[in-house]
Amino acid sequence: MSDSNMIIEGPIAVGLVWLGRRFLDTPTRLPGWDKWLAQIWKPAVVLFAIAIYTGSSIDLLADAFVLAVLWAGVGAGWKLRAYRPAWLIGVGLVPYVLLATVQLLLGIVAPQFLKANSDTLELAIMVAFIWQGIFWLMARNHKKAEVAEQQIRLEAEREKQRIEAQNLDLAQMINQRTAALARQTDELRATLSELQATQGQLIQSEKMASLGELTAGIAHEIQNPLNFVNNFADVSVELVAELEEERARPTRDAELEAELLRDLKQNLQRITQHGGRASGIVRGMLEHSRASTGERRPTDLNALADEYLRLAYHGLRAKDKTFNATLQTDFAPSLPLIEALSQDLGRVLLNLFTNAFYAVQKRQQLGEAGYTPTVSVHTQPLNGGVEVRVGDNGVGIPPDIQARIFEPFFTTKPSGEGTGLGLSLAHDIVVKGHGGTLQVVSAPGQGTEFVLTLPD
Amino acid sequence: MKILVVDDEPDVRTLFEQRFRREIRSGEFSFSFAYSGEEALTFLTGHHSEVVLILSDINMPGMSGLELLRHVKHDLIPPPPPLVMMITAYGDTDSYNQAMELGANDFLTKPVDFTALKDKLHAISTA
Repeated sequence: MSDSNMIIEGPIAVGLVWLGRRFLDTPTRLPGWDKWLAQIWKPAVVLFAIAIYTGSSIDLLADAFVLAVLWAGVGAGWKLRAYRPAWLIGVGLVPYVLLATVQLLLGIVAPQFLKANSDTLELAIMVAFIWQGIFWLMARNHKKAEVAEQQIRLEAEREKQRIEAQNLDLAQMINQRTAALARQTDELRATLSELQATQGQLIQSEKMASLGELTAGIAHEIQNPLNFVNNFADVSVELVAELEEERARPTRDAELEAELLRDLKQNLQRITQHGGRASGIVRGMLEHSRASTGERRPTDLNALADEYLRLAYHGLRAKDKTFNATLQTDFAPSLPLIEALSQDLGRVLLNLFTNAFYAVQKRQQLGEAGYTPTVSVHTQPLNGGVEVRVGDNGVGIPPDIQARIFEPFFTTKPSGEGTGLGLSLAHDIVVKGHGGTLQVVSAPGQGTEFVLTLPD
Repeated sequence: MKILVVDDEPDVRTLFEQRFRREIRSGEFSFSFAYSGEEALTFLTGHHSEVVLILSDINMPGMSGLELLRHVKHDLIPPPPPLVMMITAYGDTDSYNQAMELGANDFLTKPVDFTALKDKLHAISTA
């Protein structure tokens, strides 16, 4: 190195510092030192300027400067020994720096000795230089490996972040889905309650529809007793007039007067009786249309069946004036009263009768010779209840349809004629409302019988 | 004049007996009553020559008034058949046409106007 000088060594030293700083990344790893290392160009420039100005090579100063820079390298290596490339750089530099330092010192204190051993020292420095080169290569490899490793770590980190982001996305999607499901559940719940309300309305409209069917029958049923009331009232006025006439006669016929009085009394009783009949029908009609009060009362099924049989018959007649049927009633005389919702049971019976009349009407329309449409009702006490049988000799129900007749909205009538709710509601009223049973026995072409049982 | 009244309402008898009590007392009319078409036919087979006029309701359980009318006008022997007046609560044209086709002599709607009916019956009995 004795032949070197500041003009060459100065830039080399600055370059080495620059390379070292980059290689070891001192700005982040060793910021305290880096501040100073970054300033290294300043003394170099000063020395460089001196060298230019004096024209001297100032060898000693230049060597010392380079050595100082190298020692700084060793120091940095030691400081950063935990970082493998830095440690290798440091270790690599040590022999060379030591030897160069010894050479420099010997050059000052024992130039003779230096001269005598110059070859050995040069050789040692050469070896140390190579050593240093090897260590630099090792450091470089280490660094490369480390960079690669860091790359992998980074990659893994990035992957992790990606997964986390994905997880976040998924969580968000789950939240959205959950919200959507909750909304759907709410919507379904709203729809359900709407449907329940509609069902209630349907039941009411079915009730009103059956009432509408009955209107004509009811009108007829009321008109009959009203006619009697009017007629008996009219004829009673005549009787009273005749009685007055009789009493005005000089010779009164006591027997005739007694007869007239008897007839008058009888007529008034008839008026009361027929008036009661009419109001009973109106009461029944009101009860039928009223929403069920849920109040159970002792119910006479004979009376109920008789009333609704007539209503159903006249209801159908009102629509088909030429229709005629034989009504067979067989009411058990000592039928126990049943705790029941009478207007609900009335609807059941009405429905069964209406269906029976419909079936016989259908068969009659087939034009069978000698066919007499017949609808029958039969009651009998059961052990712990009552049985009502409603029969007809109508068209009958095919087996595949029998299985479905109690389903809501199932109807075989042309659209617009039946709601399909009649028997379904009847079944509900009997089974759910009264703990009874409602069964059907039918032979196509021969007739149908509904068997209704109700417990006490 | 013998008149057969056919109606399923039993009180019709009381009503007619009172409405026509003067005519019954004077012997101008005599009434018989049947409560169904079948009963009316049975009665007629026993008294066919006596009954001059039948007053029949159309709407009755079992045999209807129209069927009774057909039997009376077509099946009953020997002629001449009695006069038949149909009475119905449903004064619709279908029933009217059917009754007229089957040979009904008159068609009345309920509530029956007894004054008008009385006039008609008087006209028939004095004819």
